[in-house]
Amino acid sequence: MGEAWINLAYLLAAVLFIVGLKGLAHPRTAVRGNQLGALGMLIAVVATLAHRQILSFELIIAGIVVGALVGAVLALKVPMTAMPQMVALLNGFGGGASALVAGASLVEANLPEVRASVPMLQLSLASAASGIIGAVTFWGSLVAFAKLQGIVGDNPIPIRSLHYFNGLLLLVAIGLGVMLALEPSQMGYYWALVAVASVVGLLLVFPIGGADMPVVIALLNSYSGLAASATGFVLNNNALIITGSLVGASGIILTTIMCRAMNRSLRNVLFGVWVPAEAGPKAEEVYGGRVKATSPEEVAMLLEGARYVVIVPGYGMAVSQAQHAVRDLMQALEAQGTRVEFAIHPVAGRMPGHMNVLLAEADVPYDKLKEMDEINPRFEQVDVAIVIGANDVVNPLARTDPNSPIAGMPILDVDKAKSVVVIKRSLSPGFAGIPNPLFAMDNTLMLFMDARQGVQEILAALKAK
Amino acid sequence: METFIGALTVFVLAIFVGFEVITKVPPTLHTPLMSGSNAISGITIIGAILSAGSQHTTLSAVLGAIALVFATINVVGGFLVTHRMLEMFKPSVPARREPK
Repeated sequence: MGEAWINLAYLLAAVLFIVGLKGLAHPRTAVRGNQLGALGMLIAVVATLAHRQILSFELIIAGIVVGALVGAVLALKVPMTAMPQMVALLNGFGGGASALVAGASLVEANLPEVRASVPMLQLSLASAASGIIGAVTFWGSLVAFAKLQGIVGDNPIPIRSLHYFNGLLLLVAIGLGVMLALEPSQMGYYWALVAVASVVGLLLVFPIGGADMPVVIALLNSYSGLAASATGFVLNNNALIITGSLVGASGIILTTIMCRAMNRSLRNVLFGVWVPAEAGPKAEEVYGGRVKATSPEEVAMLLEGARYVVIVPGYGMAVSQAQHAVRDLMQALEAQGTRVEFAIHPVAGRMPGHMNVLLAEADVPYDKLKEMDEINPRFEQVDVAIVIGANDVVNPLARTDPNSPIAGMPILDVDKAKSVVVIKRSLSPGFAGIPNPLFAMDNTLMLFMDARQGVQEILAALKAK
Repeated sequence: METFIGALTVFVLAIFVGFEVITKVPPTLHTPLMSGSNAISGITIIGAILSAGSQHTTLSAVLGAIALVFATINVVGGFLVTHRMLEMFKPSVPARREPK
């Protein structure tokens, strides 16, 4: 196949990717959209196989078979609760692949027979960019994976000097990129740059705490796209450039949404040293004798008389895998004629859309899942709000205390509901490290239990009536 | 220089397309959006195929082959896991069938 036909096939693939992403605008069309994307990828791969540069297929077949097997096993085996680490891992592989392709292209471009025919300055600069972004993405994603999987602790590590050191390393990597552009035949610069960028990736994600992971994953998602785009500049290939920038844009949009939902800047998430507030009220002042513990039977009684119930899930629901129990509770309540909805905070969980996927897995219809802006004005009509494993995203201090570390963060106005039930193991603070006055309010009942066990026992008590 | 400007033009325009398309994705689909867009960023697979198949040098072929494994995991894993998630998203139906 001639070069022109291959490029036309790439154009078709890029169009299919765009149309496919458009399909994600609605759950009804999303499956089809994803299939169109996969079709585009198939077309791009088949067209590439017809390229006259390809002399041998053994390595290609071996690589595709191994990769496809690993990918398929990962995708089919991963439990929905482990989806954040799965996405992190996939981001990492994408970024790593881009950096490796840039390295291979640089090696090829330095061959005497190829050298004269390539725009060396563009190729070397783009390789440097791809090497830096790709290595940061690969190692950063592996750290994110390790944190989400629980291999390493996910507490934030507040060391400010680490960030200055890391910034310095990034400058070194960029400097090596400039050296590479000046002397593209010195492959040593490329590998040095990849090594330095790898350390940057490790140190960038390592200090970031678990609750900030939605931002990190979205950002790494964006980087994996930008790395592909940079590799597109290396190969002068429009398919890579277009696709990479689509993904880059997608990741940046998600990153912005996540940051806004925490009322923090990206800089603050990445480099901010999150110090638990000394100034804010102490736990004993907030809670002191005003917290009311309750029993599953009492909650069941409350729910029996409720006409409108809103469930607010948080990371605790994912940890205890309570989504199926929550679905059962929803169905029992609907069977008695109660209206049930879910209020989803944008940063609930460990990645964008985490709660939605878990509830979808448990067959909760997506139209019952309400966004923050939609549900907040309705909380005053809610008879019972059930908070399951969420804390900071329902803390009214965000509205009332300008000195609080979460001041100004948009929250779910759960405290405006007529009664609130919080299922939580203890009064321990959330990620922000501050007490939550919601737990001590007159209309709040605390059910001190694991999320799944709590929901199951409420359900049992409800059915026993 | 001309090829670079051409490539840059495509890059900038595609970013605008990306912003237009992605802002319409509802929050409920943000996780499949990430895994799905991640799968298409595995397009770097075509570069990996070229390096692994053209075999200019042993080094470039080996690098290409490793990249190919990574990119294929990315593509196959990404599309499959996205499909698995999207299949689960269902609307309310008037007559819900109760499990069991």
